Amino acid sequence: MPDPTPSTSRRDFLKLTWAFFGAAAAVETAGIFITYLQPRLAEGEFGSIINAGLVDDFPPNSVTHLTNGRFYIVRLADGGFLSIYHRCTHLGCTVPWDETQQKFICPCHSSEFDRQGLVTNPPAPRPLDLFKVSIVDGSVMVDTAVPIQRQSYETAQVIYP
Amino acid sequence: MTDELPPTPEPSIFERMRTRLTPDGVPSDDRGRMRMVVDSLILHLHPTKIPDRTLRWTYTWGLGGLAAVLMMVLALTGVVLLNNYTPAAPQAYLDILELNSNVWFGELMRNLHHWSANLLIIVAVLHLIRVFITGAYRPPRELNWLLGMLMLILVLASNFTGYLLPWDQLAYWAITVGTSIISYLPIIGNWLTRLILGGPEVGPNTLLNFYSMHIALIPLAIFGIMSYHFWRVRKDGGLSIPKSLDESESGAEIKLERLTTIPNLVQKELIYAIAWVAALLIFAMLVPAPLESIANPDLSPNPAKAPWYFMGLQEMLLHFHPLVGAILIPGLVILGIFLLPFFDLNPRNVGVYFRSRRGRALTLLAAGIALIATPAWVLLDEYLLDWTGWLPSWPSLISNGLIPLLVITIPLILLDDWVRKSFQADTEERVLFIATFIFTAFIILTITGIFFRGPGMALYLPWNMPTH
Ligand code: HEM
Ligand code: FES
Repeated sequence: MPDPTPSTSRRDFLKLTWAFFGAAAAVETAGIFITYLQPRLAEGEFGSIINAGLVDDFPPNSVTHLTNGRFYIVRLADGGFLSIYHRCTHLGCTVPWDETQQKFICPCHSSEFDRQGLVTNPPAPRPLDLFKVSIVDGSVMVDTAVPIQRQSYETAQVIYP
Repeated sequence: MTDELPPTPEPSIFERMRTRLTPDGVPSDDRGRMRMVVDSLILHLHPTKIPDRTLRWTYTWGLGGLAAVLMMVLALTGVVLLNNYTPAAPQAYLDILELNSNVWFGELMRNLHHWSANLLIIVAVLHLIRVFITGAYRPPRELNWLLGMLMLILVLASNFTGYLLPWDQLAYWAITVGTSIISYLPIIGNWLTRLILGGPEVGPNTLLNFYSMHIALIPLAIFGIMSYHFWRVRKDGGLSIPKSLDESESGAEIKLERLTTIPNLVQKELIYAIAWVAALLIFAMLVPAPLESIANPDLSPNPAKAPWYFMGLQEMLLHFHPLVGAILIPGLVILGIFLLPFFDLNPRNVGVYFRSRRGRALTLLAAGIALIATPAWVLLDEYLLDWTGWLPSWPSLISNGLIPLLVITIPLILLDDWVRKSFQADTEERVLFIATFIFTAFIILTITGIFFRGPGMALYLPWNMPTH
């Protein structure tokens, strides 16, 4: 009687090959669908570099909402600029600036943030995100492509004209 | 003229069509009716005969069947709604306005779709509770429990994706808040949220993504799994057999009488379905589905609430870091429900409401404790506990997440230990106790979120709720 081992192991080999190519095909298919579904980058207003206005449009100690860019221009007392994404870091509501209380108060779960966007009342887990500001020919330019996440306030975040 | 034949009565055209459809009519003898069940594509969902006991209203309450009826109402009204809807912002909102004012029966279709969808959630959850309390998920019915859970998740997903489609303020902010929860998933959170939204925030791409899931992917999956669910009920030997506590305790053999499916089961099903559809129609004529002003990304309403069935989750978010409150705890609970049939194996008390006398007492006890403890904890956490304030330098995942998590799990573990020692509760009764506790707590959190949270998510009494 011939030894059955060789034919068994050939069968095992074929099974393994099938499993391998089957898994590879599954991963590829999933990859194709996920790539297909990736967000299409729109060349719209939000997401590009936005001209927020002239430096002198923003008096020191002011907070201005630019709704089509989804951000605030904060001008600090010393004349420095911050651009703050208006989306709450808790669950994404739009945070209004409360002029009388001089802070950002989120209507959804009542997180509060100070002028620099730092959390003064949870549940928000981190300060409001920033956008990159640059001053070009006396205009305040805000790059809204990538919100910058931060854990604390540093003077390096402030841009001076 | 030759001899006239006596005129043979000729069947009318309607009579002839009818005899083509059911050549023999409904047979009048049991044998013939049983044959009919076997031969008919639709009727052979059922066996030819069923045990008389499983026909009792008070066992299943017809909940699974009602869920299936609601799915059919949803499919029908959903398909006709498509004829008046464009999945684009802001056209979607304008289409709904048009539907409500200028389309014959447009508002009725929308209301029917809306209320059936909401009722389906309640009915599916009640069905789950019935199956749980009677222990009907036990072997051999484990697989059907898993299929049921899958369907429940799909039903919720279907509701959630549908919620965005009217593109009003309610829709926009509920979906913003709901999808932001996903971004707290470790590592893949941000990437996954972007994928689902089709961009950095809820926008026209989100609407299109949700639309395709809502009208194609999810309903196909539900109807597919539903067929499997029904087939499994038959494969598992029909429904579990209901027993009273006395019968279960005496352990006596139960004599089952078998009745023919026609007319005993089919008639009941038909009447039940017709009654519910009639009730839905009346409700949909009287109560309009909500619609607010058009979505405005610059203005979050205050308060911005999630859909009502996620209100319990939203309430958790007020007390925990999102990773703990919206992902860790719900994830563990859902995993626990999925695994239930695999760690509660005792097949003894299947078909008995509350399993045993002690089980019934413990269920009541658990519900009672949760009824008092949950509001107490909500109030305590709202007005006294302030972990982030007391531990300002700790990361909020610990101060606002793990510490409160321990504060609620330790009492639960102590309770379980107490039930085991003082009542000699066995595994099945302890599972019943814990599950009842968690479920009651969740319902109370949901009610708190819906009725007691006002502007700024502060607590108000419902009758003192400020209107703005
Ligand atoms: C769209 C949702 C669902 C539909 C249409 C549906 C439909 C049905 C129907 C028609 C039955 C026959 C008995 C009865 O009406 O109680 C049944 C039984 C059953 N269902 Fe569901 N169901 C759904 C969801 C669920 C869920 C969420 C669970 C639990 C996780 C579940 C688990 C079961 C089990 C274990 C049985 C067998 C019960 C027994 O033998 O006593 N189903 N289902
Ligand atoms: S979204 Fe702002 S506090 Fe929750």
